[in-house]
Amino acid sequence: MNEVIIIYALTLLLAWPLGRYIAGVYSGETGMGGRVFLPVENGLYSLCGIDPGQPMTWQGYGRALLKFHLMLGLLIFGLLMAQGLLFLNPDGIGGMSWDLSLHTAVSFLTNTNQQHYSGQASLSYLAHTFGIVTLQVVTPAAGMATLFAILRTIFGGRDARTGGSPEARVSVGNFYQDLTRAIVRVMLPLAAVAALLLASQGVPSTYEGAQTVQPLDSNVAMEQQEIPVGPVAPMVAIKQLGTNGGGWYGANSAVPLENPTPLSNLVETVSIVLIPAALVFALGFFTGRRRLAQVVMGVMVVMSVGLASVAIWQENMPNAAFSSLAAEGPNLEGKEVRFGATATALWGSWTTQTSNGSVNGMHDSFNPIGGMVPIMDMFINVIFGGVGVGLIGFLLFLLLAAFLGSLMIGRAPEIAGKPLETREIKLVCIALLLQPLLILGFSAVTLAFPGLTGNSNPGYHGISQVIYEYTSAFANNGSGFEGLNDNSIWWNITCAVNLILGRFIPMLAPLAIAASLASKRTAPEGRGSLSLDTGTFGLMTLAVIVMFTLLSFMPVLILGPIAEAMATIH
Amino acid sequence: MTTHNADDQAVTSASWLSALRAAVVFVLLCGGLYPLLITGVGGLLFPHESTGSLITADGQPVGSELVGQPFSAPEYFHGRPSAAGYDPTAVGGSNWAPSNPDLRARAKEDSQAIQEHEGIGSDRIPVDLIAASGSGIDPHISPEAARIQAPRIAQARDMPVNQVEALIERQVQGPTWGIFGQPRVNVLKINLALDGKDWRK
Repeated sequence: MNEVIIIYALTLLLAWPLGRYIAGVYSGETGMGGRVFLPVENGLYSLCGIDPGQPMTWQGYGRALLKFHLMLGLLIFGLLMAQGLLFLNPDGIGGMSWDLSLHTAVSFLTNTNQQHYSGQASLSYLAHTFGIVTLQVVTPAAGMATLFAILRTIFGGRDARTGGSPEARVSVGNFYQDLTRAIVRVMLPLAAVAALLLASQGVPSTYEGAQTVQPLDSNVAMEQQEIPVGPVAPMVAIKQLGTNGGGWYGANSAVPLENPTPLSNLVETVSIVLIPAALVFALGFFTGRRRLAQVVMGVMVVMSVGLASVAIWQENMPNAAFSSLAAEGPNLEGKEVRFGATATALWGSWTTQTSNGSVNGMHDSFNPIGGMVPIMDMFINVIFGGVGVGLIGFLLFLLLAAFLGSLMIGRAPEIAGKPLETREIKLVCIALLLQPLLILGFSAVTLAFPGLTGNSNPGYHGISQVIYEYTSAFANNGSGFEGLNDNSIWWNITCAVNLILGRFIPMLAPLAIAASLASKRTAPEGRGSLSLDTGTFGLMTLAVIVMFTLLSFMPVLILGPIAEAMATIH
Repeated sequence: MTTHNADDQAVTSASWLSALRAAVVFVLLCGGLYPLLITGVGGLLFPHESTGSLITADGQPVGSELVGQPFSAPEYFHGRPSAAGYDPTAVGGSNWAPSNPDLRARAKEDSQAIQEHEGIGSDRIPVDLIAASGSGIDPHISPEAARIQAPRIAQARDMPVNQVEALIERQVQGPTWGIFGQPRVNVLKINLALDGKDWRK
């Protein structure tokens, strides 16, 4: 229990100064390392042939983002298929099939890191570093870039050009400048520190091939034990910090080589929430609306603590399958002794509240209601959320709450002095309703043809496995009820569709909304306007999020985890 | 840089060519330079940890501090059930849900085997001994799971039980700073100690 409180407190304490720093980075402050980083950034700009000072409209920004992602995706798709023929492959691993390469490239390109393969056996060092690590650094940076483009456009930060100009001419910033700053000043320095901390705890960092040892007990059938190593530490650090989640080893951070000690577990757990939480504080510093940031943080922490408590309580209850077979104890199936049930349940909650998706225990073997928490976290997907995109998603709910709240008190709907009209609300609805439509639609089709599912568990839990997979894909989370046999053409293709739509539409629709708002005349915020930075409005937003989620997904929760829980009570 | 030419300039800055150049540059920076630098520094600062935390006895690599091994001989401490057969190239858990009859069947088999080997009732079996780990190579068991194995090991090795029990208490690793993690015993290390092997990092 103390462990949980300390980890929450430590994370928020670290997130506060980091948020201040990130806000400084995007306000163009040269202090705080700017003199070191600026020459690096300028070098990168000239290598890429980019003028970072060129403003972009929201369409230009979106096009730059999509073209850049498409190029990265093609490069890495090719790399995955050809890895068997290339260098840095000491363990002689062959290329991937086309559909698995496609799913893997898309999955990492969308900051999801859903893995339909087992890393230590399926990827060469070249594919792991140049392919996977690259995307794990770049995609959270793209999320952060888009977030600041939206914030400066809605709330009028440094670069916003507002004041009654047509939407098509509103500058939202420069994509490559926003991206490069996030990579050079935030992602890489933080990852370097975390990687060295992890290396000190025993996470491998070498380019040598696998180790072979001879087991001690000659009584067992195993004659040799092969221990895969590699440049694991730099990958695990960025995997945790960038809400990526895709690990070096198949069982992710449950594997002692990826997460060796309680201290490495502490570093990795804090890293899950650190940047998403810092961005909420950065919202306050960047826009000057500190109270709004406090309200947003308050709503997120309430949801986070509430759901994590349920998971921790449930996982400390016995596993129903073990009753009368052992002394009463917590549910340790799929969990590691060095972490125990509480630290694993906390991780399971945070990793799904942030779209991280790494695990230090197997969610498939959680108790039914304990396993429902990660699914609910991913339905909501804005409790902290992915780097950048989490807060973008929260802003959508904020707009919806402002719209509903204004109507409830009989005012014309507005936010930050800008009227909320049909175009904005239509875009909000498209971005929000796409989620239940895709998740429930694909799940229904897959469940209708049992040959497609590849379940490893019978009954209600089989339904949960399918729902979990599509939810995880759309939420760009990447964790799974991993028993699912998901490396099939059906799963690879349908998940890829969910991954792309779940990433780019909830990212670009808010950018369009921001530009649309910025093109409108600002009315001064007065006594008649709805104030966003009050506890009441926080409660209103919380209620909107909870109701939206329950209305969309309650029936399917009943069919899956709740039915399973009822069935295991004797 | 005025509002009105924002659109024209955006076209050049968002060209396909700069997208391709940026993609290549960031692949080299984030996928090449960053891991190379960290791996180099990590290997230099932590030579033992960086290559898998191997331990050697009599000059032979006998395992990794971080990777559990299968044990079945009566004179050794036994680890947890593993869905991966303690093969680090096939790591993973059972991924069986509590409602899955296969899980109940496996746990029953393990529980009965332990009751037989250790001569105790099911109510004394610590749950980690019948629950498969998440990694399949969990190197640890709980201190209680080590204690219930002491009488069998003492008998198999023809040594006093309290000597085995004293060894266990010496090998128990508590939570870090009294807060983080769970008390545990590293199965490979305690078995090496039982054999009187002088292992080193």
